[in-house]
Amino acid sequence: MIERRSIFKEVAVHGALIVGALAMIIPFVWMVSTSFKLPKEIFVFPPTWIPSEPTIKNYVDLFRNLDFARPFLNTVIVSGSITFLSVLFSSMAGYAFAKFRFRGRDALFMLILATIMVPGQMTIIPVFLMLRHLGLINTYSGLIIPAMVSAFNVFFMRQFIITIPDDLLEAAKMDGAREGFLYFKIILPLSGPALSTIAIFTFTGSWNSFLWPLIIAQDERMYTLPVAISVLAGQYGENIAIQMAGSCIVIAPILVFFIFAQRYFIKGISLTGMKF
Amino acid sequence: MKTRFVWILVFIGPALAAMFIFLIIPIFASFLLSVTDFNVFSLTDWSRANYVGIDNFRDLLSDPLFWRSLLNTVYCLVVAMPLTVMISLGIAMLINRERTLFKGLFRVIYFLPFVTNTVAIAVVWGWILNMHYGLLNWFLGLFGISGPNWLGDPTFAMPSIIMLVVWKAIGYNMILFMAGLQNIPDFLYEAAELDGASSWQKFIHITLPMLRPTMLFVTTMMIIGYLQLFEEPYMLTGGGPLNSTLSVVLYLYRQGFRFFELGYASAIAVALFLIIITITLVRMRLTRHSY
Repeated sequence: MIERRSIFKEVAVHGALIVGALAMIIPFVWMVSTSFKLPKEIFVFPPTWIPSEPTIKNYVDLFRNLDFARPFLNTVIVSGSITFLSVLFSSMAGYAFAKFRFRGRDALFMLILATIMVPGQMTIIPVFLMLRHLGLINTYSGLIIPAMVSAFNVFFMRQFIITIPDDLLEAAKMDGAREGFLYFKIILPLSGPALSTIAIFTFTGSWNSFLWPLIIAQDERMYTLPVAISVLAGQYGENIAIQMAGSCIVIAPILVFFIFAQRYFIKGISLTGMKF
Repeated sequence: MKTRFVWILVFIGPALAAMFIFLIIPIFASFLLSVTDFNVFSLTDWSRANYVGIDNFRDLLSDPLFWRSLLNTVYCLVVAMPLTVMISLGIAMLINRERTLFKGLFRVIYFLPFVTNTVAIAVVWGWILNMHYGLLNWFLGLFGISGPNWLGDPTFAMPSIIMLVVWKAIGYNMILFMAGLQNIPDFLYEAAELDGASSWQKFIHITLPMLRPTMLFVTTMMIIGYLQLFEEPYMLTGGGPLNSTLSVVLYLYRQGFRFFELGYASAIAVALFLIIITITLVRMRLTRHSY
């Protein structure tokens, strides 16, 4: 009797998890399936899960007629640069806040911490005006530079580097090594996991970011993928299949990336509550 | 031993300069802009903006659209927050059980929506929620239910947006709850079992109290995040129908970057900032007293 009850329970628990998992996955399956359909099959009812005449026409159209290569390239350039600069500058600042000794260090660090609380919308208008004044609207610099600042990354790196034993650094200093050398030869090599974590989060965050590119990239040639998708949805409201193909192109790279790096995502979140 | 000034400058300089220019100074500038009438004419010549005192805030208080957007945003928050907490905690507990199979697989699947681009997946959801050809109404139809015009009906538009918001947020919060659950020592449950406690009693008297720090963090992040609702209504409804999904940030975007009423939009930003800070502080204060 007890045996049967526990089997029942296991079936119920796994059943519930599977139903939930389906709810998570179906939008993706539906997106992929629709993106390979011909326009006439879109409005077939009841819906078909597997396209009856699979076609890559939507993808071809996207790149040939709508020039989707450009926003794709823009997004790669912008996200890549933001990630590189953010990781570089936050690891440098994190090292300084963790190991340097100077007056006002902790006060300065507290000031940086305080800005984590401020919602992003607070800075958008002044930064927009500043960049407009400098003629940086519709430029890569305008998309990259304001986004490379992350108080959280500095905080994260500082917390990690502070756990590197001082003895290691002192020993190297005895041999006459300077701070620059220590950074490259000791700090960076020992910070691998922390660097990967912030790199992954920063890259995903900037790949997905929308409001800032929407404001800065007003010229078609400077669109990032999310902006291009939002414009596509507005202009090709009727052509569902091409929208789904576009969504696939935005979502797929990050999804593949996530499958390979999920360990870092999950660790980053469970240790610090890190968000994009 | 003090570090030499040059090194301090080299290592902190870039991050600090960027932070001052793009974060700290703009925060103060937002307050300054919010007391001006900075608009489309001031864009080309900043000197044409005038100091108007608290006029923007006075206008804001009597602006029905602002109140509407605030009401909508709070509606989203008070519905989506408990839903997200219940679902993600429930899933975390189910996956965390010793006897659950394929834990890793479930964890990855539930986490997928969180890493997904909101704009792109919103396009997909818009299609799923389509009244005539959408997957959701087809599914409801299997049970003989004729689904509503999700995005076109003011009653159902916000619930549709909440659906997408919660769907995306589950994975992130589930991971945090799983980490919190793993920190609860087993002996607490074992002791309770010896005393004959039921599953429900263990949940109420052990799991929930022990998850308090996680719960505080999760809800605080959620309040901050949900109050900044923007991409979902921007993509799915554009704030409509009849402004039923107009959120505060969407209204800010509209005023600031459609009408270029940047002074007024800054006042909205300041108001949102004050609301978020107040709620967060009150939330922390309340929790402290409940210990």
